[in-house]
Formats: sequence, C-alpha cells, structure tokens
Amino acid sequence: MKAAVITFPGSNCDRDLALAFEGTGAQVRHVWHKDTALPAGIDIVGIPGGFSFGDYLRCGAIAARSPIARAVADFAGKGGHVLGVCNGFQVLVEMGLLPGALLRNANLKYICKPVGLRVETTDSAFTGGYRAGSTITIPIAHHDGNYNADAETVARLRGEGLVAFRYTDNPNGSVDDIAGVLSQNRRVLGMMPHPERAFGALHGGSDGRAMFDSLIGALTPA
Amino acid sequence: MKLRVYVTLKSGVLDPQGEAVRHALAALGFDGVNSVRQGKMIELDLAEQDATKAVSMAEDMCEKLLANTVIESYRIEPV
Repeated sequence: MKAAVITFPGSNCDRDLALAFEGTGAQVRHVWHKDTALPAGIDIVGIPGGFSFGDYLRCGAIAARSPIARAVADFAGKGGHVLGVCNGFQVLVEMGLLPGALLRNANLKYICKPVGLRVETTDSAFTGGYRAGSTITIPIAHHDGNYNADAETVARLRGEGLVAFRYTDNPNGSVDDIAGVLSQNRRVLGMMPHPERAFGALHGGSDGRAMFDSLIGALTPA
Repeated sequence: MKLRVYVTLKSGVLDPQGEAVRHALAALGFDGVNSVRQGKMIELDLAEQDATKAVSMAEDMCEKLLANTVIESYRIEPV
C-alpha cells in the first residue's frame, strides 16, 4: 500500500500519521500543500492533525482551498481512500467531501485526553479490523471538535450506517455523539480522535493500530 | 469600493462562545440579555467600483470561502 500524507503550514501530526502507515508496512510519500498533484500509484491519502494555516478564518478552511486539495478531491472523486484526522477531518468537511461542520467545543475548552469510542460500523476499509459495537480508547486533542449537521443529515448518516465512531461519553457536544463519519461510498473517513496516537505500548495504548492494519489489508493487492 | 461582510452562525446552530459572553455579561450585572450571538466582520477593499458587481463578487467569495454555508450565514453591506 502506498500512502500520501499531506503537510500544510501548521500541520503537526503529519509525521505521526506517516509513522503509523509505515508501522504497518505501507510506503509513505510526503506531499506539500502547494503541490498540484498526488504521486502516482497512491492508494490512500492521509490528511493529518494540526492547525493548518493557524486555523485562520475557520479550522481547515484555507487548507481546503489549497492547490493539493483539488488533487485530493479528484482522487476521492475517482473512488480513492482518504483519511482525515482531527484538523484533517475539519479540512474534509470544509472541502465538502464529508457532510456537516466542526464547531468550537461546547465547553469552549481545548480537550486533550484519551476517550472511549464505540465502533459503529465495520463496513469500511478503515474499520474492518474492529469488532462492531466494541469500545476502543483513542486520544483526542482539539478545540473545535463539536460535530454539527442538520437533523436531516444526521438521520441520513444514521440510516445509511455512515457513522464510523461514536463517543461513549461525549466530550465536546457533538450531535448524536458522532466522533467520525464516512462518505457515502465509505472511502473517505473523517474523525476527531487520533488513531495514529494509539499505535503501541509507547503511546499507552494500541487501539488505533487496527485501523492501519485493516487499511493495508484492504488496499494492498493480493 | 469597500464592503463589509458579516458572517454569523445560522439561527439554529448553538453558539457556545455567544453563550459564554452572555453568562459573563450577567456576571457583570447586565440583566435581561436574552441571547448573544458572536460572529465576524470582514472588510473588503475591492478595485471594482460598480456596486452591483462588487456585491456579486463578494457573494461569490462568501459562497466559496468566507462563510461555511453549512453552519453560517452572511450579510454584505457597503461601507
């Protein structure tokens, strides 16, 4: 599997995300926000956490209009897999690749702690390695993770099983406890928690590793 | 010409920052503040001198970047 990890000015989880991909045996290419094309033969694009463009205007808003964002949109449009974590999730909703928006946390505080997530669907390349309904522990670290979408959109996400993860104890006010959502074709996942920060014993937990293991299993040609 | 763009959360969207400001106002003794909604104001200085064209350009900017119309609405006013 070949992964491209995008770096924007202000990204700070790009190396972590790359290490997680590499930890499962993927080859990683780092891509700069000014690049206008993804490297050839990429199987998945990772959009990392951080504070792209200083969170100016809105979190992820400027990154979503950067030159590489067009290439990522084309890639997703052709059925490519895209994983957006934290700021990456904010970028994906700003790009319109995922529905909804991320608002300031309901308690107005930056929250940095491990949280419980319920795996709501295993029907995706990202979540196939988990057991449906199981609870995993993954760290969050965000100020703007309060997922918001209108009632109709939330009903559709529910109905079509596009909610990938829900918080077991909602930390930020997200509607319907949503922590991560899939696109309609189930190939784009955005999530506020950081699976790349729960990859092994040194992280204090390894519940995020199954995501990278299942990706490499699903996206590597047999 | 100069335009001001006001971007605010849509009425149905909870505004936690506005709520915090409302509580702080109450703590200062300002009674009867029913609600506070916080937004942003963006001032544009455009080369375009024709008001209609300038506003239409600003609308396009709002749709494409300045506002996230999923959660925000915008209003454009000449300065």
